[in-house]
This record gives sequence, C-alpha cells and structure tokens, in this order.
Amino acid sequence: MEKRCDITGAPPAVVCRSIHKSYKGVKALTNLSLEISKGELFGLIGPDGSGKTTLFRILTSLIPADSGTAEVAGWDVVRDYRQLRTQMGYMPGRFSLYPDLTVAENLQFFATVFNTTVAENYHLIREVFQQLEPFKNRRAGKLSGGMKQKLALSCALIHKPAVLFLDEPTTGVDPVSRKEFWEMLRRLKNEGISILVSTPYMDEANRCDRIALMQHGEILSVETPAQMRAQFPKKIYRLEVDRRFGWLEMLRKAPEVESAFLFGEALHVVFRSDADALAFRTNAPALAFTEIRPEIEDCFIYLMNKTEK
Amino acid sequence: MNTLEKDVIVADRLTKSFGAFTAVDRICFSVAGGEIFGFLGANGAGKTTAMRMLCGLSKPTSGSAQVAGFDIARQPEQVKRNIGYMSQKFSLYEDLRVWENICLFAGIYGVKEKEIRRKTTETLDRLGLARERNTLVKDLPLGWKQKLAFSVAVFHEPRIVFLDEPTGGVDPITRRQFWELIREAAERGITIFVTTHYMDEAEYCNRVSIMVDGRIAALDTPLSLRASFRAQNMDEVFRRLARKATRE
Repeated sequence: MEKRCDITGAPPAVVCRSIHKSYKGVKALTNLSLEISKGELFGLIGPDGSGKTTLFRILTSLIPADSGTAEVAGWDVVRDYRQLRTQMGYMPGRFSLYPDLTVAENLQFFATVFNTTVAENYHLIREVFQQLEPFKNRRAGKLSGGMKQKLALSCALIHKPAVLFLDEPTTGVDPVSRKEFWEMLRRLKNEGISILVSTPYMDEANRCDRIALMQHGEILSVETPAQMRAQFPKKIYRLEVDRRFGWLEMLRKAPEVESAFLFGEALHVVFRSDADALAFRTNAPALAFTEIRPEIEDCFIYLMNKTEK
Repeated sequence: MNTLEKDVIVADRLTKSFGAFTAVDRICFSVAGGEIFGFLGANGAGKTTAMRMLCGLSKPTSGSAQVAGFDIARQPEQVKRNIGYMSQKFSLYEDLRVWENICLFAGIYGVKEKEIRRKTTETLDRLGLARERNTLVKDLPLGWKQKLAFSVAVFHEPRIVFLDEPTGGVDPITRRQFWELIREAAERGITIFVTTHYMDEAEYCNRVSIMVDGRIAALDTPLSLRASFRAQNMDEVFRRLARKATRE
C-alpha cells in the first residue's frame, strides 16, 4: 500500500479530489476538492443542508462517494478503510454513544475496540474527562448536553487518532464551555493531531487556521480567517442605536443601503457605494456610524446572499 | 392595568429538587405581556428544569408560579392550553407533510377547521413555503423546519410561547429571519420566553435573566446589564457570571 506524502514526508491530513455524491437524485456534493495539511485546525462552515455531514461521512469511510477519491492521513477512504479507521476519531453531530453504558464503560469500550487502554492515552483527554469524573458511574443517556459532548470527545480521542473529525461539536453548548472546548482543540493541534471541525458559530470559525465555506454541496472559498475578512469587497459600518428592529426596517428601504443586518447590540450596514455612504451620512448626522473591520459573520452573510442571487 | 393582567408569568421562589440536588433554587421573576424575555444560563444551570415547570410538565418541589393566569401545579392543563412550545430537538413530526403538521397541532389546540385552512395558506405564504405544502418535514432544511415549527407553535395565538434553543445550529441568515418572526409575534401581543446560547440574540430581548447554579444571578435589560458589568457586549456579561458557577 503506497501512501502519498508531502515535502516533509508526512501525508496531508485530508485530500479530496472531485468528489460527487447524490442521494436519490438530489446532489449532496458536487465536484468537491480539498486539501488539509497535517496538523491543521480546519473549519467547515455552511448552512444546514450544504453537504458538511455528507463530507464527514465520506471521509470517515461510512459511505462511499459516487465518484472521486479521498484520502485521510494517506489512506484511501475506500480501499484502506480498515487502516484509516484506526487512525481517525469521529464525533458525529448526533449523540451516538451507548446510552445504557456508564460514562466509564463507554470510554473503556472505545479503548478496547481500538486495541488500547484508557491509561495509555489518558493525557489527551485528562482535561475534559476530569470534569466527567464525578459522573463516571452514570449512564451516558442520563448526562446533560454539555457532559455528553465531553464524553463523546473523550471517546473519539482515546486511541490517539492522527485526524479528528468533529461534526458541529458545540451546537447547543453554552459560551463558556465553547471557549474551553476550543482551547482544548488548540492543545490537541499542538500535540500534532489534525482536526476538521464544522460549526454554525462564526466566532469559532475565527479560531481555525483555515476555513472552507460550503453551500449547496460546493466549496465557495478556502481561506484563513484573516484573508476572508480582508477580502470583503466593501466598507462596512457599525451603527449603535436603540430600537434596532425599527432602524433595520428603515435602513433596508433606503436606496443608498445595500444591506443591513442585526449584530447583537448594533447594526452592520453596507452602502451601495462610497458616494451613497457619504450622502446618507450627511443626511443623517445624528446617526453614529463607525467604519469597522468585517467579521467572519459579515463575510458569511455576504457570500451566501451573493451566491443565492 | 393591575399586575395580574400585566404579568403573564410570575414565579415565586420556584424550586425543583431531585433528591439532594436542587436543580432550580427559589427563583423569582415576572414577565409582562408582549415582552421578549431571554432566559439564559450555562448548560446544567437549571433552565430546562425551570421551563418544564412553567409549561406545566413537571411539578415544583416548593414555591409557585402562575402562567397565563393559571397555577402551574394545580392547573397544568389550563397552562398547556394557553401556551405554545417549541424546542430544537422536537417540535414537528418528521414523517408528516408540512400541512399535516399544521393541521395536527392546530387541531390539538382546538382551532376551527375553516380557520386552519385560511391560516395555513397565510402562514406558508409568509414563510415562503407555499411550494413545500406537501413536502415531508424531514426533507426540509433545518432553518426552514425551525421557522415552520415556530409558526406552528404560535398558530393558535397562545398568550405565551416557550422557545427552547430555537436557533441552535441554524445559520446566521436564518437566525436573523427567525428573530424577525419572534419580533412580529411579540408585536401581536404574544409573550416570548426564549433560551439561546447565541449572545447576540440576547440583545434582541427586552429583558434577560441569567441563571447560575439553579438561581437567577442577574435580570435586567441588555443595556443595563452591559452597563452594570461594564461590558462591551452580552457575551462578556455572560462569561463573568457563568464563570462563578460551581456545578455543571
């Protein structure tokens, strides 16, 4: 079995070439190509139904692509699926541990299946698992959402995979736990583990080395978060006002305004042109517009709307 | 208006214990009619337990609450009849068509058949789902499902609708459209009681409470909360409070 390697001798974490996949005639992935380097923390963002989960399932050898090829850690996902499965960890979007086994039993089970012991790789999961320790005799089905997620991550890591696949690991998780989770992903990356993670939270996309934006089964762009933000084609203004829903409606009707969106305590406004921005601001001097650096969420909304039209 | 008419939710030292564990610990608050009330907290802080009590699904260990004028412990059935509910996990039947789901839920809540027919068309037009009338719900993208689920939850014009993480996993554009639906419902006078993990959404609420370890640690308008915590945004407020938590 030959393994394809990069200059340093290590195979890339993920290589996809022209992958197509349809379900009953409905296209899920169209001509998808992608390369993720070893040790990269790579984010996948896109609306529901854009093909993210299908891509995960192909890369983890759970379903075959209709055409095209994919390799993970140098292993072909179809031909070498046995070797691949020992080298990867997968945390699916839906909780899929054994609800009738306890926390400790689930972990033990996954370690045994992968021919290792909990003790051998405990250092990888220590931080997460410590928080589960008081509940180790509780059945997995009885855990709260946050704890289920921690157990699922522990089980996906216990055999020290080379590549970790995480399908929306933080959906339904509170902001503090999310931050802790991402700090841990950083540390796993520093241990040399490559990570492909999908997320609906745009602030998390910022924490990735690179992000791919998916829509309708295609990849629209692959960039670093900084590149993506730098490429936003227009000036973007932040407007802090009371009664934001009312202002939103008013701004959307204004001919000078290209788009206006709610962003928490403020609105983000893009004008059709610099001249329009100037005209509008001159006519409404009371409104305090501040030019800002676009956020990933601005870029996402812009790209989605552009391709939708 | 006296307080009884004005406040559609009143919780007084509402408590729920499971054995030695106090999931919800003497919470007191009230929600005014037509208000958008954000019910925030970390995972495990007690939000779901509190919400289940307010919906008449579980009895308090001590304390009391009135929802839509009914006592949650003594009149849970009346409570249920006067509220709407949707959660991220379950709100529609996947194997039923879009129109069948509407009919089923509206029927359960006692909406008249003629009214159901008229309002179904109106609702689907409003959501841009007219062409999906006969589609099975499982074939809809998550964002559409959530918008439909919300419309179903308020179809019978309840006085209050409880939304448990309605935008979890939903993309940024759909999330914003969802909040416009919430806003419209509130303008029609429906009180909104909503949980979310998106802190930007906390800003769209009239008032926000933040639960920590079973108790309400803060309750105010987003503006006042930001001011009193000297925070730039609600995310900062939340982090400062939730970090004090001692349990999960």
